[in-house]
Amino acid sequence: MTEQSSEYELRSLMCAGLDGDADAHHRLLVDLSHRLRGYFRSRLLQFHRGPTEAEDLVQEVLLAVHTRRDTYDRSQPFTPWLYAIARYKLLDYLRRTKVSFRDIPADDAEHLIAQNDVDGVESAYDLDYLLATLQPKARRAIRYMKLQGLSVRETAAKTGMSESAVKVSVHRGLKALSALVKKGNKP
Amino acid sequence: MNTARLIEALSADVGPVRRAPLAKILSWVMVLGAVIAVCVMLATVGPRPGLAEAPAHFLALKLLFSLSLAISGGVVLFSAIHPGRDVRRLSRYLLLPIVVVGAAGVAALALTPPAAWGEMVLGTHWAMCVVCIPLFATLPFALLIWGLRRGAPTELGRTGAIAGLVAGALGAAAYSLHCPDDSLPFVAIWYAGSILLCGVVGKSLGRTLLRW
Repeated sequence: MTEQSSEYELRSLMCAGLDGDADAHHRLLVDLSHRLRGYFRSRLLQFHRGPTEAEDLVQEVLLAVHTRRDTYDRSQPFTPWLYAIARYKLLDYLRRTKVSFRDIPADDAEHLIAQNDVDGVESAYDLDYLLATLQPKARRAIRYMKLQGLSVRETAAKTGMSESAVKVSVHRGLKALSALVKKGNKP
Repeated sequence: MNTARLIEALSADVGPVRRAPLAKILSWVMVLGAVIAVCVMLATVGPRPGLAEAPAHFLALKLLFSLSLAISGGVVLFSAIHPGRDVRRLSRYLLLPIVVVGAAGVAALALTPPAAWGEMVLGTHWAMCVVCIPLFATLPFALLIWGLRRGAPTELGRTGAIAGLVAGALGAAAYSLHCPDDSLPFVAIWYAGSILLCGVVGKSLGRTLLRW
């Protein structure tokens, strides 16, 4: 997932689709199919399931995104909505097909227990979700400085803000983020 | 069917989509559930004889407890059928009415000589309470499940448990019109206990009934 713009882009495609823009809806589903394919393939690998099953799940989620899109609230970020559905469909599939730890070689099972699957999934999009809650200015400043490692000056040049404004934005944004995380604001 | 073709099919026909009227559906389901619970009460055990003369503050207390639980539970259910919302955090607040009633029950016991405890705790009809509340909760629970399925619940066990609590609370509200036992410890143990029992049953039923 390119963290750069995915949340913003997906959300605007989703909203356009909800307004009846068939082209935006089409692009949204195509984009989601790539993301979901990667997501399900890596998850299912741990349970020794192949790409065929992953593809079934991709289709199930696309169908769910389409038929249940009236449960999406435009005032909320899109990514948590999407992955809540994807995770639900994955767990439902695993339950349905009765995957148990007995099916998994001992080494893998330990690995699975040690590495909480759901938390790992969450953290992958947590960042996007959290950033989406910030002001656009702070969001851009944090992306450039903290995620891409640019300097204050480069960030200022890229965003068109003054250097001190960049510093203030980053400082405030990080503070807001850590407050959110402390509050346990998980998607 | 291949995925590309599925996407073509899905985006072939896209009209403007309004948000699902889930708040309206849930509110109506709860009102209707409460009415049905009262009707079942009237048809089975009937209201308490001399309901109008009975101590009004105990009835008010029972109603306040059960309805506050039902309404706050309804609010949490609304979140639970929107994917991606943090239901776990919200559902903790549902323990508040139960804790308050429990504390009140303990306080009432502390203020009374131990000789009277047995009667305060067991009342006269504790078994009736445990049977009636889940019984009155059954139809409201079925209605709630129907309403929840209109949304997209992603944590079925938790959603089912909360639906069970809400239905149990509606059942308790209906039962309070019959209940002849006026004591705080009685409400704390038998009302709260029966409602929690409904929650436990709701959890296991929700896992199958709410699948989509």
